[in-house]
Amino acid sequence: MTFTAPKIDEKPASTIARAAPVPVQSGRPSAWRRLTSNSVASFGLALLAVIVLIALAAPILPLADPNITDVAHRLAPAFSAGHLLGTDQVGRDILARLIWGTRVSLAVGVAAALTAALIGSAIGLFAAFYGNIVDMLLMRGIDMLMAFPYLLLALAIVAALGPGLLNAMVAIIIVNIPFFARAVRGATLAVVRADFMAAARLSGLSDLEIVATELFPNVLPTIVITLSTTVGWMILETAGLSFLGLGAQPPQADLGGMLGDGRNLIQVAPHVATIPGVVILLLAIGINLVGDGLRDVLDPKLKSGGIARALAKTAAAPADERKRKLSSLPQPSTATVPLSLRSLETHFLIGEEVYRAVGGVDLEVKPGEAVGIVGESGSGKTVTALSILGLVATPPGRIVGGEIAHHGEDLVGAPLARLQAIRGNRIAYVFQDPLTTLNPLISIGEQIAEGIRRHQGLPRAEAMRRAVALLEAVRIPDAERRVGAYPHELSGGQRQRVGIAMALANDPEIIVADEPTTALDVTTQAQILRLLNELRRERGAALVFISHDVGVIAELCDTVNVMYGGRIVESGPVDAVLGAPRHPYTQRLLACVPELGRAERRIDPIPGLPPATNALPPGCAFAPRCHLADGKCSVGEIGLETIGEKHKVRCVHAELTAA
Amino acid sequence: MSEVILSARDVVREYGGSGRSNASRGKVDAVAPSRVLGGLRDRAGAIFGIGNTPLRAVDGVSLEVRRGRTLGIVGESGCGKSTLARMMVGLLAPTSGNIELDGRSVEELAREDRQKLHRKVQMVFQDPLGSLNPRKTVRAILEAPLKALHGMDQKARRERVAELMSLVSLRAEFTERYPHEFSGGQAQRIGIARALAADPELIILDEPVSALDVSVQAQVLSLLADLQARLDLTYVFISHDLAVVETISDEVVVMYLGRIVERGSREEIFADPRHEYTRLLLSSVPGKHRARARA
Repeated sequence: MTFTAPKIDEKPASTIARAAPVPVQSGRPSAWRRLTSNSVASFGLALLAVIVLIALAAPILPLADPNITDVAHRLAPAFSAGHLLGTDQVGRDILARLIWGTRVSLAVGVAAALTAALIGSAIGLFAAFYGNIVDMLLMRGIDMLMAFPYLLLALAIVAALGPGLLNAMVAIIIVNIPFFARAVRGATLAVVRADFMAAARLSGLSDLEIVATELFPNVLPTIVITLSTTVGWMILETAGLSFLGLGAQPPQADLGGMLGDGRNLIQVAPHVATIPGVVILLLAIGINLVGDGLRDVLDPKLKSGGIARALAKTAAAPADERKRKLSSLPQPSTATVPLSLRSLETHFLIGEEVYRAVGGVDLEVKPGEAVGIVGESGSGKTVTALSILGLVATPPGRIVGGEIAHHGEDLVGAPLARLQAIRGNRIAYVFQDPLTTLNPLISIGEQIAEGIRRHQGLPRAEAMRRAVALLEAVRIPDAERRVGAYPHELSGGQRQRVGIAMALANDPEIIVADEPTTALDVTTQAQILRLLNELRRERGAALVFISHDVGVIAELCDTVNVMYGGRIVESGPVDAVLGAPRHPYTQRLLACVPELGRAERRIDPIPGLPPATNALPPGCAFAPRCHLADGKCSVGEIGLETIGEKHKVRCVHAELTAA
Repeated sequence: MSEVILSARDVVREYGGSGRSNASRGKVDAVAPSRVLGGLRDRAGAIFGIGNTPLRAVDGVSLEVRRGRTLGIVGESGCGKSTLARMMVGLLAPTSGNIELDGRSVEELAREDRQKLHRKVQMVFQDPLGSLNPRKTVRAILEAPLKALHGMDQKARRERVAELMSLVSLRAEFTERYPHEFSGGQAQRIGIARALAADPELIILDEPVSALDVSVQAQVLSLLADLQARLDLTYVFISHDLAVVETISDEVVVMYLGRIVERGSREEIFADPRHEYTRLLLSSVPGKHRARARA
């Protein structure tokens, strides 16, 4: 084994991975901005802030004493002199009672929520962390609490402890513990299995340290979400118990108690009950709106930019704008070519950043040809493939330049109905992970038949017969019986065979396969590659095959395109490109790949990291990592030059790279 | 031949059945839910071969790891290689059999003196980001083992963290950042630095480069080779990628369905495979005709 080991002590500046960390976050709005940009949540936040501020300011506001009775002025209506909101049945000032009462209700609700969160979260954390018997005991206890209707349970607890604000609070805490315990246990279980938990154990941390520093910070968002969505309830529950006379005891004011007092007077003096009722309503609305907003911000599933649904077709710039650059290029031999991409540019707009995922790709697929696209992650190979039939998610994706011609027909500007007639019919896809691309609830036969019925208008029974034939074609044993199987009943290799059967369903002219064997074991991969190759030749379909694995491309493809930083840097026949590469990136990439049977070969890593597509360097994107780079490499547009028969390379130093 | 640092004898590990579950079971759990599906159990059992009988992830494995060398363990998903790795570092206990580290049972050490065990053996995980706590800075991640395993004071920790960062070729100022700010390759360097922080003799590398792009994979492989030479480390390198295993290993074992089907020196395994399964694996690697064409 020979490595060119980096000598860090000698040349610190040139050693690998000294580039700045990838600015993953840059374009993504902060949590606070996302919360305040949600208008509903900001309204709730403002409402809540006003109520809380007034309640907090109660001692310094010029209010009447809330507990002084003045029977002479009882039931004064609102806006009477000295009593802005009137007086109640014993002549106490309603405004003062309202503000002091809100203070009490808020304090009790928040204190109850925090305590329930603390106890419930602790139970959930430890149950999930220790598992087994601890989990069983704790969670069965929680189940017992949940077996009672919660209001009845709260009433029973207050009945046992006796009425009073503190006891009402205890009751509310107890009935709310299960919500926290369950939510936190679920979140913890997901974290407990993470590798960093094992790493913490290996770092010698004690159980308590692991819970406190590894687990807790990672389940905190769940606790906050549960808290923000239940604190409103708890205030309502406190009010409910006070309303029934079990909470705050006279003369102390709280919102529920005031509502209860006013209930008997609803005919005579409706304002006595209505005013606290309105405040409870506003408080609940405010808290729930903020809670929903917080949940949207903290829930990682919603983080990448709201719940926006992707459009059925990638957005594209108008044709004249897209094709501006094309006029200078030679016109291709359109109608005979099944697929031709010219100068394709697909960008993503995330936050303020523009990610140039595909920055001008030319690609031609001839009938029956196997075209490979190879590149590392972020090189734009998948986005190129998805752009063909407008499958790039919009937002944030957008095709901003170039054209995609299918027998001369521009697919970028085509209406959705036209694209849908081509998708899965003339051009079909096979994706990387067959477990997520197959619907788990529909049998594999139905899923294959669906495409046949859609495009060929065959009746169900006939389509199912075709599905069986296709399963046989992809060598699934006992196809007649397995046609009714569900995806989870198949192995990974068999699922990918089903994915291929779906792609073949309508005898496509072109199959686009995006890393179809990456998730598979090597022996299964070999079978799938053999199958794809046989089927392609049998049926005369062209293949666009995308992979990070040079070996797979070499095995299967006629021509190969090497992508780097959103552009093709080298293309040509597989033997030429992989046998005698001319772009420095291709050369160094091949030098990185360990080859079986050549263990004595030097593994020569490329220094540095691939560029982020939102900060591509001018000129050649590989220049910052290239040993041949000089001033010429970072200026202007570098073209893809022909250097051999069909062999093209995008490098100003191509004359230096010949072996 | 150098002395044996770790040896496994007839190690068996079962899941399910007796219900000996554990909070840190790891990804082998992926098969567990299929047994919970009640009515589907028998059908699933018929297909996957796991009915009510416990699943044997590791089925009677014996092997020896020699000091200063690299043992490659190669096999496909479900062959038990990750379960074996977790038993070697004491995260899992064998159902039967014994793993010994310098003559002491790993299982016993894990129970009685976990600190001592983890000062000797460490692990690097497959998913570079998944093995770093997203809410801790790199410094906090690297200082945890220094404090817990070596009881270093703050000043010593600071110096050692700087030294570790330089060992894995990362800039010193990266220590104040959080894992999500790093690329996969950089995150894996941090994972390696965390393992090195314990100053171990043996590192179990569980698919350490599988999640990385080829150019980054080459950087990490090169770093591992460099560290082994400089720090006199012993590696157990687990991978499904035969070419990678061939590049880095001195000895190789091939696992299939929980058992070792072939073992030997790197040359023996790759040049002259004897077992049918090893031959199948080798013949399945794509792109060989290219290597032949150029050789």
